Amino acid sequence: MLFPTPVGVAESLIQMERDGRLWTGLGRSMLRLGKGYALSIVLGVPLGIWVARVPFLERAVKPVVLGLQALPSVCWLPLAILWFGLTEASILFVVVMGSLLAIAIATEDAVRRIEPLLLREAGTLGVRGLRLYAGVLLPGALPGILTGLKLGWSFAWRALMAAELIVVSGGLGQLLHYGRELLDVAQVVAVMFSIVAVGVTVDRVLFRAIETRVWRRWGLSETR
Amino acid sequence: MATLLPTRLWARLVPRWTLEPSRSKPGEAKIAVREVEHRYENKVEALRNISLDVHSGEFVCLLGPSGCGKSTLLLALAGALPPTCGRITIDGKPVKGPDPSRLLMFQDPALFPWMTVRQNLVFALRSKVRSRPRREETAARYVKRVHLDGFEGALPHQLSGGMRMRASLARALSMDPSVLLMDEPFGALDAQTKGQMQQLLQQVWVETRKTVVFVTHDVREALVLGDRVVVMAARPGRILKDFEVRLPRPRDPDDEAIVQYSRQIREALRSAEAPKGHAKDASAVPASGLSAGAAHPVGTGG
Ligand SMILES: Nc1ncnc2c1ncn2[C@@H]1O[C@H](COP(=O)(O)OP(=O)(O)O)[C@@H](O)[C@H]1O
Ligand SMILES: [Mg+2]
Repeated sequence: MLFPTPVGVAESLIQMERDGRLWTGLGRSMLRLGKGYALSIVLGVPLGIWVARVPFLERAVKPVVLGLQALPSVCWLPLAILWFGLTEASILFVVVMGSLLAIAIATEDAVRRIEPLLLREAGTLGVRGLRLYAGVLLPGALPGILTGLKLGWSFAWRALMAAELIVVSGGLGQLLHYGRELLDVAQVVAVMFSIVAVGVTVDRVLFRAIETRVWRRWGLSETR
Repeated sequence: MATLLPTRLWARLVPRWTLEPSRSKPGEAKIAVREVEHRYENKVEALRNISLDVHSGEFVCLLGPSGCGKSTLLLALAGALPPTCGRITIDGKPVKGPDPSRLLMFQDPALFPWMTVRQNLVFALRSKVRSRPRREETAARYVKRVHLDGFEGALPHQLSGGMRMRASLARALSMDPSVLLMDEPFGALDAQTKGQMQQLLQQVWVETRKTVVFVTHDVREALVLGDRVVVMAARPGRILKDFEVRLPRPRDPDDEAIVQYSRQIREALRSAEAPKGHAKDASAVPASGLSAGAAHPVGTGG
């Protein structure tokens, strides 16, 4: 068996950083992730709010969403390849399917947990339609939605790596793939390390900062 | 000592304050409740044969023990609960469903926690006032009216319970509802804050002359705030008495007249609760020796 040494991994990392492969790969991966994740939010949040507010959708759509959520996202890849071929679109499809459902489920739950008093107050004040959705339901559910977005992000990141390993088109997943083909264990481990680093950084720095701000504003920080 | 004096002389020495039944007023009532009955699904008769007129600009307090149907009646007025029987009209129109022209306030200030005080008002005003500068201007005016100036930018969780209630009151008033319905709004506040809120509400009401229906189980609160005190009893929920409170404002809960009035109202409530056979005796022959006041019962009604 092949075991990398820490020095070997570090050297490989520095090497990839120097020749730009790391940054190119990271850039490509993040761009895709950004697109797919944004699409998941734009579709998942309204879907979740909708399912929470429309009893018919709750009966018809919620079981489907919950069922599909049990499917590991990489299982969408064969279908995606049949539909879109070995293309960018296939990767995006897998990323979206990986995170959209988690976001929708968390959003639905968060909307349901909004204080009923606030909804009644909105009703007596005559807040309806778009103003109710954008002004009360969305901000009211935001702390819960953020939890879903965090989960969705980690799902999206995993789905992306899985897809990039198979659909070769640049990105960190491809670097991992090449490392394997060249039997370069140090490179494989160095890329794995980078993938973890990106995941942890976004979670701890970006999401933590947003969450802290929202919780403080919503007056939740002291109570939990 | 007091019992030794002839009653008439006693009456002349100590001014006696007696509440009088409300007189019917000329003109059409703003809120007209006619023979309203309500039964919940569990067969509880929450309201029986309720008829009530509230005139424009009146401050009416619904007073009674817990479970006498005060909240049920208020919800019916708000249109949040259709009564099983009877008719309710506001400005001549039957009440059907909730409407921002009849605002309902509860113990919970129900402010949107992610909005500042100012934003809470401005957001509510968006369904009423088109122009943005006018909304801001109206919000600022009402924030000032409840003495919250300086706290426009504060979030609800940064305020005390009393301040939150004031913000909620400002929001309700800024919507300029034709009727303001309040269900024990100060019930969760400490005694001192509650007193301050009562003074503030009186002051604001004198300035705005809104039509208010205010539910409470606190006798003094009803007397401090109301032009009329409608006394209710439970099982079944019904109206016992409808008193008129003719005292100048601002009123003080420790005012001698209010102390005596509240004794009279407690008496009425007690006799309603007493077993049927004893009810008459209880009001005619008060238990002597309880207190000087009880030895000289204040007559019920005119
Ligand atoms: N939703 C309900 N379902 C069944 N019974 C109710 C309901 N709400 C109130 N009641 C009953 O109706 C009566 C009047 O209640 P309520 O109007 O809340 O009284 P109050 O506000 O004066 O305390 C009580 O006996 C109460 O138990
Ligand atoms: Mg009640």
